[in-house]
Amino acid sequence: MKDSVTSLLLAGVGGQGILLASDIICKVMMKAGLDVKKSEVHGMAQRGGCVTSHVRYGRKVYSPIAKEGDVNVLISFEKLETLRYLNFLTAGGRVIINEEEILPPSVNLGETAYPVDAVDIVRSQFKDVLVVNAPALARKAGNIRAVSTVMLGALSKYLLEASPDDWKSVIGKEFSEKLVPANLKAFDLGRETA
Amino acid sequence: MHKQLMSGNEAIARGAFEHGVTFAAGYPGTPSTEIMEAFSRYKGVYAEWSPNEKVALEVAIGAALAGLKAMAVMKHVGVNVAADPLFTVSYTGTNGALVIITADDPSLHSSQNEQDNRNYAKFAKIPMLEPSDSQEAKTFIKIAMDISEKFDSPVFLRTTTRVSHSKSVVGLEEPTNGEDRRVIKFDPAKYVMVPAHARVRRVAVEKRMEQLNEWAETFPENRMEIQNTAIGIITAGMSYNYAKDVFPGYSYLKLGMVHPLPEKMIRTFASKVKELYVVEELDPFIEEQVRAMGIPVTGKKVFPYTSEFDPGVVEEGIKAHKRGRKPPPAVPSRPPNLCPGCPHRGLFYALGETKAFVTGDIGCYTLSFMKPLQGLHTCICMGASIGMAHGMSKALGEKGKGKIVGVIGDSTFVHSGITPLLNMAYNKSDAVIIIADNRTTAMTGMQDHPATGTTLQGEKTKELDFAALAKVLGIESVRVIHPLNIKETTAVLKEELGKEGPSVIVSRGPCIFLQRERLKSIKPFTVDTDVCTGCQLCLGLGCPAISWKKEEAGLVPRTGKKRKGFASIDEALCVQCSLCFQVCRADAIKSAGGPS
Repeated sequence: MKDSVTSLLLAGVGGQGILLASDIICKVMMKAGLDVKKSEVHGMAQRGGCVTSHVRYGRKVYSPIAKEGDVNVLISFEKLETLRYLNFLTAGGRVIINEEEILPPSVNLGETAYPVDAVDIVRSQFKDVLVVNAPALARKAGNIRAVSTVMLGALSKYLLEASPDDWKSVIGKEFSEKLVPANLKAFDLGRETA
Repeated sequence: MHKQLMSGNEAIARGAFEHGVTFAAGYPGTPSTEIMEAFSRYKGVYAEWSPNEKVALEVAIGAALAGLKAMAVMKHVGVNVAADPLFTVSYTGTNGALVIITADDPSLHSSQNEQDNRNYAKFAKIPMLEPSDSQEAKTFIKIAMDISEKFDSPVFLRTTTRVSHSKSVVGLEEPTNGEDRRVIKFDPAKYVMVPAHARVRRVAVEKRMEQLNEWAETFPENRMEIQNTAIGIITAGMSYNYAKDVFPGYSYLKLGMVHPLPEKMIRTFASKVKELYVVEELDPFIEEQVRAMGIPVTGKKVFPYTSEFDPGVVEEGIKAHKRGRKPPPAVPSRPPNLCPGCPHRGLFYALGETKAFVTGDIGCYTLSFMKPLQGLHTCICMGASIGMAHGMSKALGEKGKGKIVGVIGDSTFVHSGITPLLNMAYNKSDAVIIIADNRTTAMTGMQDHPATGTTLQGEKTKELDFAALAKVLGIESVRVIHPLNIKETTAVLKEELGKEGPSVIVSRGPCIFLQRERLKSIKPFTVDTDVCTGCQLCLGLGCPAISWKKEEAGLVPRTGKKRKGFASIDEALCVQCSLCFQVCRADAIKSAGGPS
């Protein structure tokens, strides 16, 4: 077992299922026999503001948050939010982007513009960039709210500590019975894109 | 042992349950709220939302006096509210066990200030424990209860947002059922704090602190980890993890108890290391005491006073170099906002039309201060809106006639609004107070309170009637409105602002999260882009569902004048509140189901 700690950062907007997604990652890594910690901020952030969740795992984890420049994979659930947290990534870090756009208030009011070249900016700084049309895949899986599970599917391809079956057994327990089939499908579709 | 992923808050609740704590009282406040929620779901416990933290602490004191293990749970600023009983229960002692949980919020993620409540421990002469992760949170609540019983003293358990809201692996144990120690005990010399008794107890407090000082020296959760002795770090709570993350090889004095400090242990540790640092967020609480022992130490000279730390902050401080990282690309900010369909939006839109100065309060509605609503103009603390509105109105006299409004939420009004409203009637005020009653404590995540008719543990109960209460307090003009009706709201505001004497308006509309049933059959509004004149009136609502689209070629809508753009409604976000429909003068906003 390797000694170093792997750091993930999930970023997006309130209501996108980020907190549940990071819980699932932690439980998968616990299954794989690793120590895990995660951290997020609740409260004000839930009313349509930015939401981030740090997940860290390894043999022994102290800090639940990574320092800037130490994140191995940034999983961004909203396109422009990717840019806000780019400086958390380590050189050579990986980026997974849901290309969905959720307009911030100042864009809604016409005061600022939504950056049209967000993905280009990311690609200019990082080599390993995966762009996912998560809403389309979630819809294909049969539940538009399964966007976060699509993202987990894509992420799972790069986290070699756990097998697809580890992920699926956790997903099978985290959702109500009715929602499990669509989420398992969403996981597979996400994994296929990676 | 079964292992589970738990937040610090869930772990505190679990630890309390495992240790036979059967009584808790609190008031919701980020980052403390989930402690009460999780605890209330365990079998055989009593848990209540009290109207505020002062009441919660007094309730818990009563339970401890009756022999139970009890906890009072609050966020850092809640301790300010509870400070009055706090300082004197330190004198009386507790009989049973009493632990006060203070959840501090470095970085002000969800608070109006960044106070460091370790100072309360010293100020009120109460011992304080500080866990650094969820496993410790579960262990330390038990130790805190034991210290309370052993020393007949209230005990603080302090968390920060990162401890409360981080999740880590916790080993679960079976609950231990202690003997029934409930009792009615008469002991006036100990519990009636008249001066003659309090002077005696005052001496007992100092003696207790001396004993605790001694005890802290052998407390196993104050521990030395001697490794590389070039640098020694004294730290506690989450800061310990940040430091260990970047400097796993240095020596540590990890303090589980931050008050009182183990002086002998600190001297021993200092003598073993070449260079000594204190790593602590916010105030130099440990550092100043170490320095007062005459020990050279580095702390706030290299670490910031403000905001929470992270591993990078600790690394920079000790390595004394800045990381030369380039700033992230500038992107539009994404502040939290009132939800689509929020009843507060209608109220603040109408209030904006009156041009009144609005003293505000603490809750979701505080978010209305932002553009475009700019609906309130002050926010200090729970309940301040009413006292401030009265003070401004009195000071301004004729100059402020019809121009001063206080807005306070339902839960906040119950917390701290009743006495200042009584004051307005008593001292003949002339301001208008609006109780923004969305039927829940929304900001902290939908907790019940004395005006919702349900208790924390889900029992039906009495439901406070705001209008009737205002009348009894002596407010003669009391109105009840529905804030999603802009015309009515505007008319009532105008009338009440024009009246002599104080008024109360109960602005009653349930939080959107309480409307799950209605939301199942939403028929969203849409914009007829051929009719929209691009006047932007609807954008003035600041609804997240409405956005502005620039006109590519300066087209002319069916109804006339050239326009620069048009409004658009995101059907996935619209909940059919109809506010935009009400403000549109061009008849451009349509609903499949008509206005609700």
